[in-house]
Amino acid sequence: MLSREVSDVSAKPRVATASLCGCFGCHTSLLDIDERILQLVDLVDFDRSPLTDIKTVGDCDLGLIEGGVANTENLEVLRAFRRHCRTLVAVGACAVNGGVPAMRNALALRECLEESYVRGVGVYHPGIPRDPEIPLLLDRVHPIHEVVKVDYVLPGCPPSADTLWTFLTAWLSGQPIAFPYTQIHYD
Amino acid sequence: MTDSLETARHPETLKRVCIEPLTRVEGHGKVTLLLDDDNRVRQARLHVVEFRGFERFIQGRPYWELPVLVQRLCGICPVSHHLAAAKACDQLVGVDVLTPTAEKVRRLMHLGQVLQSHALNFFHLSSPDLLFGVDDPVAHRNIVGLIQDHPEIAKQGVLLRKFGQEVIRITAGKRVHGTGALPGGINKHVSAQERDLLQADIDQVCNWAEGAVQLMKRIILRNPEYHYRFGAVDANTLSLIRPDGAFELYDGGLRVRGPQGDTLMDHQDCNNYEQLIQEEVKDWSYMKFPFLTQLGPECGWYRVGPLARVNNCDCFHTPLAEQERQDFAAAGEGRPLQAALATHWARLIELLHCAELIRELLADPDLQGTDLRLSGAMRSKGIGVVEAPRGTLFHHYEIDGDGLVTRANLIVSTTNNNQAMNTAIRQVAADYLSGRELTEPLLNQIEVAIRAYDPCLSCATHALGRMPLDIELQDAAGLTLDRLYRHPDGRLGRSPVLDS
Ligand code: SF4
Repeated sequence: MLSREVSDVSAKPRVATASLCGCFGCHTSLLDIDERILQLVDLVDFDRSPLTDIKTVGDCDLGLIEGGVANTENLEVLRAFRRHCRTLVAVGACAVNGGVPAMRNALALRECLEESYVRGVGVYHPGIPRDPEIPLLLDRVHPIHEVVKVDYVLPGCPPSADTLWTFLTAWLSGQPIAFPYTQIHYD
Repeated sequence: MTDSLETARHPETLKRVCIEPLTRVEGHGKVTLLLDDDNRVRQARLHVVEFRGFERFIQGRPYWELPVLVQRLCGICPVSHHLAAAKACDQLVGVDVLTPTAEKVRRLMHLGQVLQSHALNFFHLSSPDLLFGVDDPVAHRNIVGLIQDHPEIAKQGVLLRKFGQEVIRITAGKRVHGTGALPGGINKHVSAQERDLLQADIDQVCNWAEGAVQLMKRIILRNPEYHYRFGAVDANTLSLIRPDGAFELYDGGLRVRGPQGDTLMDHQDCNNYEQLIQEEVKDWSYMKFPFLTQLGPECGWYRVGPLARVNNCDCFHTPLAEQERQDFAAAGEGRPLQAALATHWARLIELLHCAELIRELLADPDLQGTDLRLSGAMRSKGIGVVEAPRGTLFHHYEIDGDGLVTRANLIVSTTNNNQAMNTAIRQVAADYLSGRELTEPLLNQIEVAIRAYDPCLSCATHALGRMPLDIELQDAAGLTLDRLYRHPDGRLGRSPVLDS
């Protein structure tokens, strides 16, 4: 059964969202629910998300992840989300299969870095940045299911606002999640 | 001067403070500060911690994929990337002048983009700081607090953004990552029905945009000294300009003005950008540091975006925005305004201009034209430059005889602002932090300066938002002396001496 378990029945469900190696288009699509956001803030509490100042993800009922895993920092954030979110959703092509950033998987990472910082047009003072303050890149961009268990996937680049709304309202009401054809039809 | 704060002489003798990740910016970045024994700031750096490698992995792809592929750099300003790539592709397919319908539909699409992005930055992200103050409780200083305390302002923000997104949907096919522009033109016009839909709301949108500018002016006047001083950095400014010197977002020549407002370059052909601009690599950031070749890396850095554009232009060709620009110019008393927070004012004047111009364009019957696309003799190199919401955006592609990409160079708006943002945080660190005890509101000032630039680290990287705050104070040996962090509920916590 697709019913939502909430730790404290009197509390509103807590929702966290994060962008890993994505373009933020999936978050933009979430904001595209437009006026419905005024309703949404009554229905759920936001935990870590672009809309709040909350640092680490706390215990949540739902976690939405945009983007794949491209560096060590993405890995940490994703694992923290899995630990703290009862239900974890891969939102959009990048989280589901790596998306456009995973096009670099066909190449050696060094080649991509050299193109930007050594051989590129108008590069002055060439050299690949390697200060300890910047995180290590992984040699490949991974979809999130290669790293943690994922409960739902919402494909699309990005999934439409209506698709996200259908998912959220069905999830909130504990109903089976079913989409009309128009919402699972891609360009 | 604050420039000396880029690199400290003996970093190993200093304490390190890290603000990571930055909150409420689009993308992953962090700030590190190095302090001496008296807590004086000796080094301050904004690091961009993400790298994606578009310039390499699009090599070998067919050129006509570029407008839909490269916009995946950024889901907040995809239309700007879509159009910069399309303009470069126009050159590749040998088209210098589009049909009136294609040009106007593209311009309309871009106005929708700038309008929605500016509404998002002001209402959803920045207004809580500006309305509630930088030391408002963390748990309240957000869009939810805005909806509770100022429901009318929140609603207007949401609906302004919605209108911009609807303009994009109608012109580009969908709201995020549409497909409207093609090399040499567009793939659909605006039907009379679609026009009517937008026209029904446009007067209301103009009124709300006008109201937003007035709101920002009231905010500044509440504490002018702070708003004009905070994060003020004397910078060169770069933007596109029309042949008559008027404000322009889609196509024009490049103008550069010096910190005092003197014009250094004018009407420069964008196709020569390689001669005008170089990018310096620094070891400690994935974001490069562009500068004007003529002035060199030390003095040649510049600011782009709303503040640069409104300072740079001689006028707006829409009446309400022009009236507001005159007020804005008067506030500078003969010099360009350089304050970080004046950027919000400039941003809203632009939002008003977009609304006015959309109203004008919607009345133009060319939008319903059917002549959509042209073609010419293929060329091997194309350069497309637009003013994205955050500033000048450069796309440059070269192709081989089969139409496959052999070379690409992208200079995104936020990269253009790299040095300006670094200088601004050094200024704030020197003004407000140096020699004082570490507190969350003090460190938040650093972020306020960065946010005013509305950096889209997503364009080079990813993620909008109020992200976590975790600050560690370490001694020279790397031992944590103090740690400040936000609890999941937004409260601040402090845990001294963690790893002893
Ligand atoms: S799936 Fe598409 S919209 Fe979502 S983050 Fe990836 S590129 Fe952006």
